[in-house]
Amino acid sequence: MIIKLLLVAGLAAAAFLLLRGQRTALGLLMRRSLTLGAILLGVLAVVFPGTVTAVANAVGVGRGTDLVLYVLCVTFLFVTIAQNLRLAELRDRTVELARKQALLEAELHEREYSI
Amino acid sequence: MTMPLTKEHDSVLACACVVIPMYNEATVIGDVVRTVRERFGRVVCVDDGSADGTAALARAAGADVVRHPVNLGQGAALETGIRRALRDPLTEYVVTFDADGQHSVDDAADMVAAAHDLEVQVVLGSRFLGDMTGASSHRKSLLKMAVHFTRATTGMKVTDAHNGLRVLRRDTAERLSFRLHGMSHASEVLSVIAKHRWTYVEHPTTVTYTEYSRAKGQRGYNALNIVFDLALNRVRAAS
Repeated sequence: MIIKLLLVAGLAAAAFLLLRGQRTALGLLMRRSLTLGAILLGVLAVVFPGTVTAVANAVGVGRGTDLVLYVLCVTFLFVTIAQNLRLAELRDRTVELARKQALLEAELHEREYSI
Repeated sequence: MTMPLTKEHDSVLACACVVIPMYNEATVIGDVVRTVRERFGRVVCVDDGSADGTAALARAAGADVVRHPVNLGQGAALETGIRRALRDPLTEYVVTFDADGQHSVDDAADMVAAAHDLEVQVVLGSRFLGDMTGASSHRKSLLKMAVHFTRATTGMKVTDAHNGLRVLRRDTAERLSFRLHGMSHASEVLSVIAKHRWTYVEHPTTVTYTEYSRAKGQRGYNALNIVFDLALNRVRAAS
């Protein structure tokens, strides 16, 4: 069944992102194109509801809603991991920023004290 | 391994700076700083965003205090303290020391002397070579498991994986930078030592578990969080 391959590949890609994920320009491009694609597909699915079921049947899923649910699960995983990477990067920056401020303050205190 | 400390060692201790990360330690920090200052010339305390009077008490006791504007984690506090200590060009050794008073200052002094005498880059405190006063058997077995995990993953033949008492020679302290800012830094130090093949020895230390240090200590299940942190960090570092 095609859907099994697609879902396993999607989950494997999520695991790869979790372990090796780096925020690159290529990643940004992919995120943007995927978002754009998702919006367009969403519009198509709303205008032609029958196509979702047709696509689902083509990849080996019984109902269109099931396909939507599967795609949603994998997407959610990707978004969560990407957000986590982003937060970790922000935390690294915060730590460095706060440390610089703390060291500077200590130096100022030292100077005031010595005068 | 304890060697008699000589006059020469006094000058070595004068070149050592003790770094103490602290977070809400007002009840004990004054005494801890005063005790450390009896043996060591310079004490850098890093206040990791405490809500009580920890920073003022440490300063009053004679420590050089650096204050994080917000809580950043113990590993981050340690790194800040090390950087502050290294700003003094005379600093030859950096000693990391816990704020809750569980470490012995004499052990710390012996370890600096050992680093000097044996010419090693790092001296690690080990509770299992020394004495664990007041530790529960549950805590001991958890620490033993941590040791097996560390041995398996770093290949280092250490007997204690999570001891806060360490001596770092200047050249190693300058290169130490944590990617894990929280409690997992203790294991990260060991993997950094293994990676750079720094020379190290272990030194027996006496750890006194008091009611206070037990209450401040980590929950046992946090060990699993540390395993997660390390596993992820190691796989990422391998890429």
